[in-house]
Amino acid sequence: MAYIRIDNLVKMFGEQTVLDGVNINIEKGESIVVIGQSGCGKSVLLKHLLRLLEPTKGRVWFEGYDIATLNHRELIGIRQRIGMVFQSAALFDSLTVAENVGLGLRESRQYSTRQVEEIVMTKLELVAMVSAAEKFPAELSGGMRKRVALARAIATDPEVLLYDEPTTGLDPITADMINDLIVELKEKLNVTSIAVTHDMTSAFKIADRITMLYQGKVEYDGSPEETRSTDNAVVRQFIEGQARGPIQVR
Amino acid sequence: MEYGLSVLGRRGVNFINTLGGLCILFFRFLCSLKDIPRSFRLIVEQLYVIGVKSLPLIVVISVFVGAVSAWQAAYQFKFIGAPLRYLGQAVGKAVVIELAPVLSALVFAGRVGAGIAAEIGTMRVTEQIDALDSMGINPVRYLVLPRVLACLFMVPLLVFFADFIAIIGGLVVSVVGVNVSSETFLNGFRDSFKVSDFINGLTKAAVFGLLVGLVGCYEGFKAEGGAQGVGLATTTSVVISCVLILVFNFVFAIILFRI
Repeated sequence: MAYIRIDNLVKMFGEQTVLDGVNINIEKGESIVVIGQSGCGKSVLLKHLLRLLEPTKGRVWFEGYDIATLNHRELIGIRQRIGMVFQSAALFDSLTVAENVGLGLRESRQYSTRQVEEIVMTKLELVAMVSAAEKFPAELSGGMRKRVALARAIATDPEVLLYDEPTTGLDPITADMINDLIVELKEKLNVTSIAVTHDMTSAFKIADRITMLYQGKVEYDGSPEETRSTDNAVVRQFIEGQARGPIQVR
Repeated sequence: MEYGLSVLGRRGVNFINTLGGLCILFFRFLCSLKDIPRSFRLIVEQLYVIGVKSLPLIVVISVFVGAVSAWQAAYQFKFIGAPLRYLGQAVGKAVVIELAPVLSALVFAGRVGAGIAAEIGTMRVTEQIDALDSMGINPVRYLVLPRVLACLFMVPLLVFFADFIAIIGGLVVSVVGVNVSSETFLNGFRDSFKVSDFINGLTKAAVFGLLVGLVGCYEGFKAEGGAQGVGLATTTSVVISCVLILVFNFVFAIILFRI
């Protein structure tokens, strides 16, 4: 069985079907990027991997465990093995950068205060944010917030990293810096990465495999090279950013 | 007619949903009580933010509550021809049993309940609560437990101060404005003072605090969308808290103060 398996996942919000039978298998150490139009359910898909949302139908398996059937303690165990970088960074306003990065470590009660401080500084060094350790999120730029969110996500040395639109809202240079960081973290920490984005530059840079969601289903799955040369009209329209084509702008 | 019924039905379902949601949150709060030692630092922080920082407002309100109740009581006494030596008694009873607990709780709902709903609502719409969940941190333990406990303990304490300050406010107005001596006022107050009234007032205050904390957290958790959603959560939290305070106050009046 695959390391992570998304099996016929259906998610409905009221009458609206967002995911309509999504099937994706992810192997350990793989870096997969899910692309698709805004509002096609990419973030919804990601949140199912942490059971932040419950599926309407279908299952999500992590190392052979059905995430929906885990009890509270088991779920916390799984969540501590997965780090997530949220679209809005989701830093806690009332905590400093260092406190944000160390929160998960402190709350797990597995580390002394000194160990937490050391780990926090190591992670902040990885994302070049040591100088901002005592600042509050409101004092940071968008790119800096994303880097702190990245440091927080890797604080507990997770096996899997989920990225929700890691480069959205950033200028091209900062976005490229975040992409470099994601690739660097994957190489250094050997984590399995799942990113959702509609930024194709980012997708081509960080992906081993690209999957496209369209109309609630997986429309396409292939390597970045295959994706560049595919003749799938939906994928072509999306990666070339054309207004005309099979995808109707909503 | 059909439209009116459908609106009424929708409101009824929403009301039952809210009551159900509050009961579930209360149950989850009770389950999280075992984590008090673990959340001690967060609880102390909230005791300060919620309680100590509310004190100046409660002091100002209490002074005027005591003052106006003395003035109005004197006005009514004059109207019915009652002797002014009972002024201390009337002000004391009104303040300790009703005015201090209810008015303090209503003001508390406006200041603290709204603040809790806005803070948690903002955390909800900016994915901070999802972030807590994703790190394996229980949001009820991290956010609800410290806030609700702080409300539960700080409202009675604030009402204790409010009782004292309102009586002083009433005394000052009685002496300066109504020409009743301080001795007469305090004798009247002392003669009618019952410890059970005072304890009942504080008990009511604790329940009001619990309600304000729970409703604020519940509405915050329910917030969705953006600034509009947070604004709606804040307003709804204050409205529901105020209604519940008045309803529960009536229930307490029947149970605690038997005629």
